[in-house]
Amino acid sequence: MVEAMKRSVFWSWFWMFIGTLYFILPLTSTFLFSLRAKKDVLSFLAYERIFSDINFWRTFTFSLIVGFFTILVSILLVVPTAYWIRLRLPKLRGMIEFLTMLPFVIPAIVLVFGLIRVFSGAPFFLTNTYAGTNVLLVAAYVVLALPYMFRSVDAGLGAIDVRSLTEAAQSLGASWPTILFKVIFPNLRVAILGGAFLTLATVIGEFTIATFLVGIKAFGPYMSLIGQNKTYEASSLTIISFLLTWSFMGLIQLFNRGKSDSALAGAH
Amino acid sequence: MSSNPISNSVNTKRDAPQARPALSAWRDWLGVIPFFLFVFLFIALPSFRLLIGSFQDSDGQFTLKNFADLMDPSILGAYWVTIRISLTTALGGGLLGFLMAYAVTVGGLPRWVRSALLTFSGVASNFAGVPLAFAFITTLGRIGMVTVFLKLLGIDLYDKGFSLYSFWGLSLTYMYFQFPLMVLTITPALDGLRREWREAAENLGATSFQYWTRVALPILTPAILGTMILLFGNAFGAYATALSLTGGFINLITILIGSQIKGDVLHNVGLGYALALGMVVVMGVMMTIYYFLRRRSERWLKQ
Repeated sequence: MVEAMKRSVFWSWFWMFIGTLYFILPLTSTFLFSLRAKKDVLSFLAYERIFSDINFWRTFTFSLIVGFFTILVSILLVVPTAYWIRLRLPKLRGMIEFLTMLPFVIPAIVLVFGLIRVFSGAPFFLTNTYAGTNVLLVAAYVVLALPYMFRSVDAGLGAIDVRSLTEAAQSLGASWPTILFKVIFPNLRVAILGGAFLTLATVIGEFTIATFLVGIKAFGPYMSLIGQNKTYEASSLTIISFLLTWSFMGLIQLFNRGKSDSALAGAH
Repeated sequence: MSSNPISNSVNTKRDAPQARPALSAWRDWLGVIPFFLFVFLFIALPSFRLLIGSFQDSDGQFTLKNFADLMDPSILGAYWVTIRISLTTALGGGLLGFLMAYAVTVGGLPRWVRSALLTFSGVASNFAGVPLAFAFITTLGRIGMVTVFLKLLGIDLYDKGFSLYSFWGLSLTYMYFQFPLMVLTITPALDGLRREWREAAENLGATSFQYWTRVALPILTPAILGTMILLFGNAFGAYATALSLTGGFINLITILIGSQIKGDVLHNVGLGYALALGMVVVMGVMMTIYYFLRRRSERWLKQ
């Protein structure tokens, strides 16, 4: 029995070792590569070049703003709906859940294809103006974020007593906006923040939808362009993007402390 | 009786009376209108456009030609390669992810290994697209670190027929976001395995092998398969990673649709619609299986 235990622990370490190699090797080689922009010495030159590139800041800010609006719209769309479903229309729950899972079935490339086809023509003409394409971009990202935003918020609502909170607020004379913004939102802070940072992590470097709607204005297409032209800068961008993802996930864990909610997202 | 105003606000199930009488039904529905409007505009409309467009020719007349065009060997090939990559990385990533999740749950590794693994998995499963492609080019590309290192040891990967820009190279790259996702979804399922089940099996004289094949794996199977279908969808829809890794020189269905949108290859919108619809159908079938399996696995673990 002890012998078997020892063998099991050996294999556990073995598979952890393989997995860790898989995790670490690409990051290490990318990092080492990014330090070799100057001949024969290790330097952070590639990083300096990226950080002094005006387009880096421009595209990054653009994607950050798009991410912000995506989160804002998702919250305003998902929280009242999920709340209302729990309070008044529980029979609709299954249907709403199904609808929010649809983005899993529709790959991003298919979604952007359909969106362009619908909104470039009458009666919308959204792709004719910059503002229009930005609106479309945010809408597409809200669709992508829908599954995990809804799951996160719905789980959050499940943990509080929605009916009692509502009735208590009502008996004190609160209006619907007051109930939503002063009672429900603060109680869902953790769930909303978790969903929000997951959304941000996906949206910041998203390529597929951004490249077809706004092209080089967004961070994802910018990284792709750098990758085609400048090898060392591309590696430093990869490291920067990894650290960004890491910090978003770290923030989620910080908020989610004690809960074992897994972060399942991704635009690949 | 019915004219008594009190009886209206006291419901028959003996619950406490509601603080306010319920609003009329149609006002309840007002609350979900924004959501349905959004879903209609940005999910339903594009989907219907794909569906209708795939049955239309360039003049808007009904046709089945777009689907006949799908039967072109290069397009069927693209579907087949995409499905094969998705299956390979779902199985490979699923297996490695399972073994690692096993190691940190039942395998007897210290607690810190577990939290480190889960944190890293959360990051890696979201690390994809353009940066992931670069990371693998600097690792396994022609002058990548691992390629060069193996060459020093006398193993020339590219001489042996390996290429990062091929089926296996792409699969290895996809695995980077695949197995962490498996770790994230299967760890809770492994936590759900009760110690009593193992003890009961051992008391009845079962070996470890028998316990796993007869007890643990049957319980875990729906969860494992469900996750694998999630992984399948993950790889199936991948576009950014494949495009930046191969520069578009791999025959994947997402790449085909991408060039269709750019209008530089096919010049046939109807075929583009049919290609996209084909992807949705494949994913729809996968998700149906996923839902079915998930329901079964939850029934087991919740008892």
